[in-house]
Amino acid sequence: MKSFTYERPTSPAEAAAAVARNPDAKFIAGGTNLLDLMKLQIETPSHLVDVNGLGLDTVEATQDGGLRIGALVRNTDLAADARVRKDYGVLSRALLAGASGQLRNKATTAGNLLQRTRCPYFYDTAQACNKRQPGSGCSAIDGVSRSLAVIGSSEACIATYPGDMAVAMRVLDATVETVDGKGKGRTIAIADFHRLPGDRPEVDTTLKPGELITAVTLPKPVAGTHIYRKVRDRASYAYALVSVAAILNKDGSGHVAFGGVAPRPWRLEAAEADLPRGAKAVTDKVFAGAKPTQDNAFKLKLAERTLSAALTQARA
Amino acid sequence: MSRRELVAGATAAAAFSAVPLQAQAGNAGTDKPVTAKVSLTVNGQRRELELDTRTSLLDAAREHLQLTGSKKGCDHGQCGACTMIVDGRRINSCLTLAVMHQGSEITTIEGLGQPDNLHPMQAAFIKHDGYQCGYCTPGQICSGVAVLGEIKAGIPSHVTADLNAPMEATVDEIRERMSGNICRCGAYSNIVEAMTEVAGRQA
Ligand SMILES: Cc1cc2nc3c(=O)[nH]c(=O)nc-3n(C[C@H](O)[C@H](O)[C@H](O)COP(=O)(O)OP(=O)(O)OC[C@H]3O[C@@H](n4cnc5c(N)ncnc54)[C@H](O)[C@@H]3O)c2cc1C
Ligand code: SF4
Repeated sequence: MKSFTYERPTSPAEAAAAVARNPDAKFIAGGTNLLDLMKLQIETPSHLVDVNGLGLDTVEATQDGGLRIGALVRNTDLAADARVRKDYGVLSRALLAGASGQLRNKATTAGNLLQRTRCPYFYDTAQACNKRQPGSGCSAIDGVSRSLAVIGSSEACIATYPGDMAVAMRVLDATVETVDGKGKGRTIAIADFHRLPGDRPEVDTTLKPGELITAVTLPKPVAGTHIYRKVRDRASYAYALVSVAAILNKDGSGHVAFGGVAPRPWRLEAAEADLPRGAKAVTDKVFAGAKPTQDNAFKLKLAERTLSAALTQARA
Repeated sequence: MSRRELVAGATAAAAFSAVPLQAQAGNAGTDKPVTAKVSLTVNGQRRELELDTRTSLLDAAREHLQLTGSKKGCDHGQCGACTMIVDGRRINSCLTLAVMHQGSEITTIEGLGQPDNLHPMQAAFIKHDGYQCGYCTPGQICSGVAVLGEIKAGIPSHVTADLNAPMEATVDEIRERMSGNICRCGAYSNIVEAMTEVAGRQA
C-alpha cells in the first residue's frame, strides 16, 4: 500500500472540499472496498478523507411518504430497519444477499453504491485493463469472462457492476443526493448514476471529483411482493451471476431490474408491461441487443429463469 | 500543494476531543511513512499507539499490541480469520484502519475469555471439536458470539423467511450468518453444534 495522509472532517461540505481540491484524495467510509483495492495498489490515494465523522447515519421519513437514507447508514442497519423490512422488502433482501455479516456491519450505503467491479483482470495488476489503466487494453474480452457483462458493455470494457443493493435501489427508483466541493447540492436519479463504459471505462459513475454522497432517498413504497433472487456459485457469500430485484403483483404485473449482467443495474421500464405474459416476453425485450461472450451466454437463459421463478413466487 | 495545512500528527488530547483527527507528514505522495496517534480500548484496556496510517486494526493488534490471537488469513475480508468485535459489532479487522478507530472499544479472542476463564462459546468449541488446525478459530468464535447477539437483536439474514417475524438460532440461520468465516479443515458441522448449544443455553 502507498502511504497517505489522513483527516477526519466533521461537516459534509468540508469533506467534499477536501477531496475536490486534491486530485489524489479519496473519501473512505467502511473501507471494505477501498482498502482492499489499496492493498493491491489498484487505488493509490495519497490522502484519505474519513467520512465517518459526518453523521449522515440515520434513516428518516420524507414528507412525501418515502425514506431518506443517510450515506453512512451501515448495510446491516438499513436491512434491519423496521420500515425498510416492512415497506421496501426488496432492499432488505438485496442487502442481506450481499457479502457477509462482518462486511455488512462496516459497509455503508454510499460505499456500497460505489463499489468497483470484480472483473478478475481489474484485480490482477499484471494484466491489461482499461478500467484500471486507461488505454492498456481489455484482457477479459478474449479471456475468462464467465462472470462479466452480457449487455451495456463496449469494445473497451465488459465488466459488470457487481453489487446487490443498487439493483434494488434501481427497481425502487431511488435518488442519490450529493454535495460538491463548493457546497452545492444536487440529486441524481439512480438510473443516471452508474455509467456505461463506452470508451471511458475508468469512470464508473456520473459523480464529479470531490462530490460527496450525503443520502439516498426512496419514493413512497410500491405495493406488491418484494423479491430479490440472487443466483451464484454457492449458497452464500458470493457475487451474483444473475440477480432479479422485483416488485410483483399476483397477476404478474409490476417492476423488475437485473443484476450481474451489465455495467449497471439493468432495467427496461418499457418491457414491464409484458410481465403478466411471463418471463420470456420480458427478457426478450430487456436483453435485446445483448452481446454475450461464449463464456457468459448462459446468463441470458438464467435471467429468464430467475425472473420466471420470481413470477411464480409472486403468484403463490 | 493547495491543501490546507494539517497538524503534524494529531495529539492524543486533540483526538479525545471533537477536533478532527488529522495526520500529516512532510512528503505526502512519495512513499514516506505517515504516522498518526490513536487511542483504542482493547479488551478493556486503554492503549495509546502511534502508527503508520496504513496499519490495519488487525496489524495494530498483532504487531503493536502483541495480541496474536486474531489471525491474518487472506487480508482481504474474504476469510473471516481476523474477525474482532468492535463497538459491539463483528467486523473484518483487516479491512479497516487502526487510525479510523479513535476511541473504539475492541474485543479480540484474548478478551472474550482466557484458558482458566473460558467464554461459553470457547468452551463449546472445545467440547464439540469446532476446529482442527485452529487457525480460523479465534475469528469463528468472535463471529459466533456476535451472531447469537445479532439473532437476539432481531437482525434478519438472507435465509430469514419472514423479515417481520422474530428470529431463531436455527441451523440454517447459523450456517448463513457464519458464511463469512471460512474453515479449510471443514469443521463447520461441529461449529454449528457448538453454537447451537450456546444458543440453547442462552434461551
Ligand atoms: C469478500 C467480499 C465479498 C463481497 N460480496 C459482496 C456481494 O455479494 N454483494 C455486494 O453487493 N457487495 C459485496 N461486497 C462489496 C461490499 O458490499 C462493499 O465493499 C461495500 O459495500 C463498500 O462500502 P464501504 O462503505 O466499505 O466503502 P469504502 O470502501 O469505504 O468506499 C468505496 C468507494 O466509495 C467512495 N465513497 C465512500 N463513501 C462515499 C460518499 N459518502 N460519497 C462519495 N464517495 C464515497 C470511496 O471513496 C471509495 O471509492 C463484498 C466485499 C468483500 C470484501
Ligand atoms: S472487462 Fe473492464 S475491468 Fe475487466 S479487464 Fe476489461 S477493461 Fe478491465
